[in-house]
This record gives sequence, C-alpha cells and structure tokens, in this order.
Amino acid sequence: MALPKRIIKETERLMADPAPGISATAHEDNLRYFDVIIAGPTQSPFEGGVFKLELFLPEEYPMSPPKVRFLTKIYHPNIDKLGRICLDILKDKWSPALQIRTVLLSVQALLSSPNPDDPLANDVAQHWKENENAAIQTAQEWTRKYATA
Amino acid sequence: MSSATVSDDDGYTVTSDFEDYHSDDDASVDMDYDYELTEDYELGDEAHKQHLKAHEIEFRVVPLSDILAEQSAATTQVAGILGLSAENASALLRIFKWNKEKLLERYMESPEDILQRAGVVLNPVQALAWHPPNDFLCAICFGDDSTGSPFGLRCGHFFCHACYEQYVTQKVVEEGECRDILCPESGCSVVMDEQAIRRTVKPTAIEKYQRLQDRAYVSDVDSLRWCPAPNCENAVECRLPHSCFTMVVPTVLCTCGGKFCFGCSLDDHQPAPCGLVKLWQKKCADDSETANWIMTHTKECSNCQSTIEKNGGCNHMTCRKCRHEFCWVCLGSWTEHGTNGYSCNRFEDSLSPDVQDQKAKSRASLERYLHYYNRFTNHEHSANLDQDLYVQTEKTMEDMQRTSELSWIEVQFLKEAVDVLTSSRTTLRWTYAFAFYLASSNQTTLFEDNQRDLEVAVEALSELVEKPLGRDNIADLKAQVLDKAVYVRGRREVLLEDAAKGLAEGRWEFLAPIANPAAR
Repeated sequence: MALPKRIIKETERLMADPAPGISATAHEDNLRYFDVIIAGPTQSPFEGGVFKLELFLPEEYPMSPPKVRFLTKIYHPNIDKLGRICLDILKDKWSPALQIRTVLLSVQALLSSPNPDDPLANDVAQHWKENENAAIQTAQEWTRKYATA
Repeated sequence: MSSATVSDDDGYTVTSDFEDYHSDDDASVDMDYDYELTEDYELGDEAHKQHLKAHEIEFRVVPLSDILAEQSAATTQVAGILGLSAENASALLRIFKWNKEKLLERYMESPEDILQRAGVVLNPVQALAWHPPNDFLCAICFGDDSTGSPFGLRCGHFFCHACYEQYVTQKVVEEGECRDILCPESGCSVVMDEQAIRRTVKPTAIEKYQRLQDRAYVSDVDSLRWCPAPNCENAVECRLPHSCFTMVVPTVLCTCGGKFCFGCSLDDHQPAPCGLVKLWQKKCADDSETANWIMTHTKECSNCQSTIEKNGGCNHMTCRKCRHEFCWVCLGSWTEHGTNGYSCNRFEDSLSPDVQDQKAKSRASLERYLHYYNRFTNHEHSANLDQDLYVQTEKTMEDMQRTSELSWIEVQFLKEAVDVLTSSRTTLRWTYAFAFYLASSNQTTLFEDNQRDLEVAVEALSELVEKPLGRDNIADLKAQVLDKAVYVRGRREVLLEDAAKGLAEGRWEFLAPIANPAAR
C-alpha cells in the first residue's frame, strides 16, 4: 500500500525541522519504522544520557496511535524493563491530530517528570515513592551505565 | 347477599341488583370484586395481574421495533417539554439513562451544565458561524482539503471531511463507541452530537451507530433486559424493583421460546432465587473436581456388582445380568420407589449422627453436598437424554410413516411430554440446590414432599416416554402419556407455587445469607 500523504509530510518535517533533543529517522526499507534518539532532559536524572527508541506507525495510523518502545535500558517508574511506556496519549487519549513529533515530545517530558502514582514498573515506582533520592541516584547510575554512547 | 353474589356472572343480574346493593356498603364492595372477576379479559393488564400465580411475575416482551418506538416517544416528549430538537433531547436523555423526571428536574436547575455534558449546542446559527481559518490545514491528513468543505464542532477545531469520516467510522465500527465520541483534537472534550455524527459518516456506519444506541438504551434502562438467546433481538421489560429479587424468582419467557431469569440473565432456575444460584454455582465450581472424582460415569449394580452405564433418562435401572431393578440415583431397590416408602430425594440426617470428630463432620458435609450435587447434575443429564430420545423417536416415526399408516402428527404428543419433562427436570435440578441451602424444619419437609411427588411423577413419565412405540399400543400409550404429563405439570406448579409463596413470605430458613446479585 502506498504511504499516506500524512506520513510522507510528517517525515519530511521531522527531517527539515527536528525538535530539540530528538531525532527520528525512517528506515529506508520500511518507511513506517523509525529509529528514534532522545537526549535525556537537563535537570533530570537522565541528563547526559542518549536513549534509543523504536517507533512504528500501524496501518490505521493516524486513527490508531504509533507504537513506541525504549530500546535503551532505563530506570523510570513509567517504563518497564521491556521498554514499554505508560503514557495516556499512546493509549486511550490518542487523538489523530497528534503526530510523531508531539508523541516524542511527550515521551521527553515524561523523562523530566516521572509519575510514580501511575506506574508500569511497580518495583521502580515503589522505590521512587519510598526514597526518591535513592531512586534518582539509581536512575543516574543506569543512565551512565547504559545510556552513554 | 351470598346468593346474589353467586348469580353475578350474568351481567343482567348485576345491573338489576345494583340498587339493592347500593343501600348496603359491604355489598357494594362485593359487587366491585365480582365485576372484576367476570370482566377480567377485557380489563387487560390490570386483571391479568390478579391471575398471576405466586411463582409468576409480570413482564412484557419488547421487540426491537418497539424499543425504537419507545425511545423516540420519550425523545419526542422531552423535546416537546424543553423545546429542543429530537437529537438534542435524546443526547440529554442518554446522559440521564432515560430517566425523564431526573433530566427535567436537573435541566430546570442548570440547563447550561447539562447541555455541555451532553455536547449539545442550542444555537445552530452560532455553531455554523465557525469558519475554518483561511490557512486551513487538516491536522490529520496534513492536506489543505481541496475536495470538500472542512468540518468542525463548536470548539473551532476543523478537520477535512474525509478525515472526520474515517475518525468517526473507526470509533463506531471498530471500537463500538456511540456515546462519548469527542472532537479529534488532542485534549479537546467537546462531544460530537448525533447530528454531527450523521453529517460525517456513511449510511452503513450510521446504521451501526443506531444499533449501538438501541443496545445502550436497553442497558441504560433498569426495567429492560436483552433476551440472552443467540440471535434473539427482543428485550424483556419487567417493572419489579430489583431490590425484591431475593423474594421472587423473576423468570420470564421470551417470544423466541427462551426462558430466562430477569434478575441474572441465566437460564430459568426456579424455585431457587438468584442469590442462592450464585452461591450454588460458586460452591459447585469450587467442589466439583472432588465431586467429579467421586462420581464416576458408571455405577455398580447393587445386587451383582456388574458395572452399569446409564443409557436413558429414566432412573429405573434393570441390570442386564441379574435382572435386579434399582434406582440409579440411590441404588436402592426399585420396589420401594413410587410407593410411600420413596425417600430417594431426601437426605437422611439420621445417617450422619452428631459426631464431634472434625474429620467425620467434614466428611458428612461433603456427603451432604454430594447428595444434592449428584441429584442436581443427574437431572440435567437425564433431561439431555430425554431430548435425545425424542429426536430418536421422531426419526423412527418418520420411518414408520413411510412403511405403515401411522402418521407423524400422531406422535406429536411425545414432543409435549418431553417438553414437560425437560422443564420439570430443570425445576427439579434447582430444587436440589434450593434444598441444599435449606435448614431442616417442618417447612423443609413439606418442600421435600413436593419435591418427591414431582420426582416420582417425572420418573414415571420418563419411563412411559421410553416405551417402544408400535401401531398396536400407540393409542393406549398416548392416553397414558398425556395423562401423566398433565399430572407432572400440576405437581410442578404446586411445588413452584409453594416455593414462591414461601420466598415472598420469608418462610424459608436458609443456611447461608442469600444476597441480591441483581442490584446493579
């Protein structure tokens, strides 16, 4: 099936005008599959890290949300060890007016503000709630260990 | 006065005696009563109510077309009162679960809040005043829409018509959503009203949308339930308050032939109330593995110990080997059955004497449970076998019709008998669940007597139905079967009547608290 105009345009814009700290590159052999790199936001435990993600646009996109997953290990209450992300706009709050860019910006924002009250990785969330400083320290260690190029 | 009352069934007597009655207050009361009795068929629902037996409830089967009509009548009424369009009225009714009074009351308090919740815009001129910006670019397809005019709700978020159509179709057809379809813009909470939906999608999706709304109507309205039978499009209306479902068993019969409980949508489970059924099913789910282990598929002849497999619905077994006749259920000799000594249905408490030992106690309780469970499942099994038998008999009859002068129609009485058997076995099944939870008392003994009478009658009928059919015996057999079927039906009525009355009067003493699962 031919690639919808929307996806072509989105890809063009992502290349021409990338969001700060985010890069998304489509695979040459599958234009619905993107390699994503997000820089750890400043003032966050992930500062200095470079996180790799994969993003896939399903057949129904933009009526259905893209599928996004972290490939780099990360210590975050809303991201589990398989890299799956708990983010409302990727699920029931998806709107076809959202784009790859807005999704990735939301993921970046999630790194800045972890939400242990709506956890995906329960052990991490509990750690975060009981001893935030220690949890942040672990997150920093993981960032150094796994997310530095 | 009493003689005048007797002659009342003749209309002339009523009018001629009217003045005589009038002088006497008591007599006029009597007359009213008689009037209703004689005229009941013309009085319709009111009189019909008086003829209901204790185990019957008032209900109405509502076909899909009537549901639609009711829905539109309610909509029209509210639209008239509030001066709204039909679409807007139905949107408001939907958020109030079709409770007209509540809607009107709240609407009078704060119309704006209600309208906003339903996503209704009252002033269409204002709504149409929204125009897409000159540099319109659809955020869904990234096109500037040269094909048609963009569409937007009052929130001012515009998308091209094709994208809107795709969006709404996806919501309706794929996700089965018919209520909260929001503006496609991220974070926008403006609800699409019916008019907007109709303007954006194709007729097939509108059809689905309409169907979803009808479904939603029935699940919204507390007095309506869908018939659970597959492919049946009827709903049943029962106006009894759900709180009384501990005191009545609301069994309803759909015009499709399906009999189900209005309280829990399960198959007919009279005389047991919904709460008891729930307890019993939980108990069976927990304990049935043990029961299965204990209850094997075969039993041994109580005389010669040959292994016996049950091959028919009738519990009267005759051992092939030693010709010993016994009851499949209790393995007792059949000579005791069908006489006053019949006690197969009753659990003998004396068999489990007061033992202090905990182990013996739990054994006794398992034994007690198995007693009821075995009989419960046995009737289910037997009912299936009865059905098989009927199918078989019908086939033989078709064969016979070809080879002899006996016609298919002559064997139809068997169908009726099997129907009576099936419904009675269903009732019997649930009497065992019912009896399991009954504390032993005089009332319970009476219940068990009724249960025994029905069971004896059912087994007798089952045995008759199993007899081989021939040209010579058919007339005789027919008379016997019909006779027995009438009797079985009568016994079933007696049992259900007594159980239902007891339930309504709170006469039964249950061993476990019976909840009301129908409260939703």
